[in-house]
Amino acid sequence: MEIFWYIIIAVIMAVFFILDGYDFGAGIIHLFMAKKEEDKLVIAKSAGLFWDANEVWFVVAGGLLFMAFPTYYSIVFSGFYLPLMIILWLMIFRAIGLEFRNQFRYQMWKDIWDKAFGISSLLLALFFGVGLGNVVRGVNIGGVENGVSLYENSYFFLPLWNPEFSPLNNHPGIFDWFTIIIGVISVLTIAIHGANWIIYKTNSTINEKLKTTIVRLNIALLILTLFSLNFWRNLHNSFFDNFWDNWFLLLFPIIFFTGIIGTFFVKKFKKSGHGFMFSTMVILGGITSTLASLFPIIMPSRNNVNDDLTIYNMAAENYELTTALSWGIVGVILMTTYLIVRLRLTRGKIDDMEYGH
Amino acid sequence: MEDIIFYDRLQFAFTITFHYIFPQLTMGLSLLIVFFKWKFLRTSTEKYNNAAKFLMKIFAINFTMGVITGIPMEFQFGTNWAKFSELTGGIIGQTLAMEGLFSFFLESSFLALFIFGEKLMGQKLHFLTGFLVFLGSWASGYLILATNSWMQHPVGFEILENGKYVLSNFSALFSNPWLLPSFLHNQMASLVTSSFVVASIGAFYVLREKHLEYGKLLLKTGVIFGLIASLLVAFPTGDWNAKNVAKYQPAAFAAMEGIFETEHAGAEIVLVGQPNMREKKLDNKLAVPNILSFLTYQDWGKQIKGMDKFAEDELPDNIPALYYSYHIMVGLGTIFIGIMFLAAFLLWRKKLFTFKPVLWAIMLLAPFPYIANITGWYTAELGRQPYLVYGYLKTADGVSPTVSSGNTLFTLMGFIGIYLLLGLLFLLLVGKTIHEGPNNKSH
Repeated sequence: MEIFWYIIIAVIMAVFFILDGYDFGAGIIHLFMAKKEEDKLVIAKSAGLFWDANEVWFVVAGGLLFMAFPTYYSIVFSGFYLPLMIILWLMIFRAIGLEFRNQFRYQMWKDIWDKAFGISSLLLALFFGVGLGNVVRGVNIGGVENGVSLYENSYFFLPLWNPEFSPLNNHPGIFDWFTIIIGVISVLTIAIHGANWIIYKTNSTINEKLKTTIVRLNIALLILTLFSLNFWRNLHNSFFDNFWDNWFLLLFPIIFFTGIIGTFFVKKFKKSGHGFMFSTMVILGGITSTLASLFPIIMPSRNNVNDDLTIYNMAAENYELTTALSWGIVGVILMTTYLIVRLRLTRGKIDDMEYGH
Repeated sequence: MEDIIFYDRLQFAFTITFHYIFPQLTMGLSLLIVFFKWKFLRTSTEKYNNAAKFLMKIFAINFTMGVITGIPMEFQFGTNWAKFSELTGGIIGQTLAMEGLFSFFLESSFLALFIFGEKLMGQKLHFLTGFLVFLGSWASGYLILATNSWMQHPVGFEILENGKYVLSNFSALFSNPWLLPSFLHNQMASLVTSSFVVASIGAFYVLREKHLEYGKLLLKTGVIFGLIASLLVAFPTGDWNAKNVAKYQPAAFAAMEGIFETEHAGAEIVLVGQPNMREKKLDNKLAVPNILSFLTYQDWGKQIKGMDKFAEDELPDNIPALYYSYHIMVGLGTIFIGIMFLAAFLLWRKKLFTFKPVLWAIMLLAPFPYIANITGWYTAELGRQPYLVYGYLKTADGVSPTVSSGNTLFTLMGFIGIYLLLGLLFLLLVGKTIHEGPNNKSH
């Protein structure tokens, strides 16, 4: 039962990063590449039409995590207090940037909200990556000091950084050079994804230029990924064990690397949607490979006193998990159906269509 | 009170108060939009459709604000109230996750279709999307109140040896005797807010003699719905809730009614007065004898327990705030009924559109249902103190064990700053939408 909900939540999280990833990414591209008003308008629109429908997946993932793994939700949300609050504030700025930009015709008004949208998209992509980096690296569970836990029941609290800025310190912070690298990987992935989305969904004048950008970003992405994998191997010796034990899990890294390799050929694609397909594979493969490597751990412990947090010691009671199946399945089917219908209804380029105004 | 509990409570109170400005409008407004859309389908009169689309613009701004201030609420269960979430998450996680999965999904998905898809879908489907938005927003209210009802009157659970509260009966969450009265009361109160706002916009147009056709339509609809909702919010739903509080939370009942001492026979109802906590009495009290006993038990002579009958740690920890919240809500509710009766009478005599004093009153009344709604929620939540889960888990035992007061104060200040900006932007945009009026074709 725990495994079932774990997979459901992981899939919903992955769908969230694929869907909202494109509008985060569009925000990053918008910030650095869009110069003409027509491009800015169409990019903001390609991201803005469904941002709240995309964020439904985020809220649902959060809600289901709360229901199925309440102890984990409590420990991790209070332990990552500051970055989560900052993520909330950034989400607020991103949303009002998207919603309010076209409410007035003043150029200054538009400029303010374009920047709010772009900068908060960039920082959110970074923060989500840093968050993932923290889960990979692990935390000081129980707040152990000289072999004694400061907090009961696996609680912990992370400062924003430690003095050495190092992931190897016994008191890890939210930001260290490793989590920042994962954050940058996230920014690069999402920027590529957003650029592909813009190419796929709009006739913006920068589409050709974006293809060059994608290839360059992809080189950086590949290098950083290999570097971080190497460090990860030093951090957890067992990081490849799950894949040796279950060969089918290798599918996930294969999806990831196929996505990266495919992205290098972005200039050769005949259909504008192909690039988007490959960056979707990168996101999907990246998240699933990470989770598969850690499984069943969902937060590694950095000390020898307290155990890792796993889906087994964090889950709700069996009656609760079983009861939730009845409504959970209905809900997930509804969401998926709606998403498919929506994607079909909004096929084609956004600027060729009537909707939006 | 320890700093950390104080800041955690203040942050939750502040963020939920600000958040609830928006859903209380959208829940009621979605019903009015469905009503206009239905009138349009039946009569094919264009003005009903335009009115529906105009109100949906206002809905959309409120909905956006509701979403971006709502996600922090979901987060705070984990960030600030970790112990509470850890202990009860298997139960309240059910209803909260359902809220995200069904209500938020329905609302945000079909709102986008309603706004962008009229030409794409045809009128009947367009009506259906509007109806689904309404359904989503009311389901949201229902599931949030199911969560809150469990905290007010916990049912269907067991407590394990490790202190965890686990669900033993899922359907009990929905047959909770606290749920239906509070849901209906809350939805009617939401309808009061939205019909008063609609009537207020209508009165503004009529007084300015601008968008006159729509002004009259909005005013008339707002007054009719406003009268019905103001009556229903008091009776039977408000009455029903008060009886529930008297039955399940007698200490809260004594505090909100301001009964310091138990009387020998029937209890009086307090109209005005200020709680004097040092001398344990009401200053400047105006009260009518025996009425409270009659209203609560239909028995003039029935004794009602005063605060002297409860131990100190069973009583709510902020009695004056609870007492004022309740009395402000009831007082405003009474005024609403009076003004809407008058307006409905003038409407019936065909004098409303020219009778300026009442038009001015209706226009300026718009902020007050918000105050009544929010003080109503304060009554419920302050009355629940000192418990988080009434009778079982104390509020002080629910906070996050690792988050320091300095961090909470920091984020509280952050929220105050950001919400101040949001509030200004919200007023600017709603003002602009009202200024442009229903005829505006751009957008």
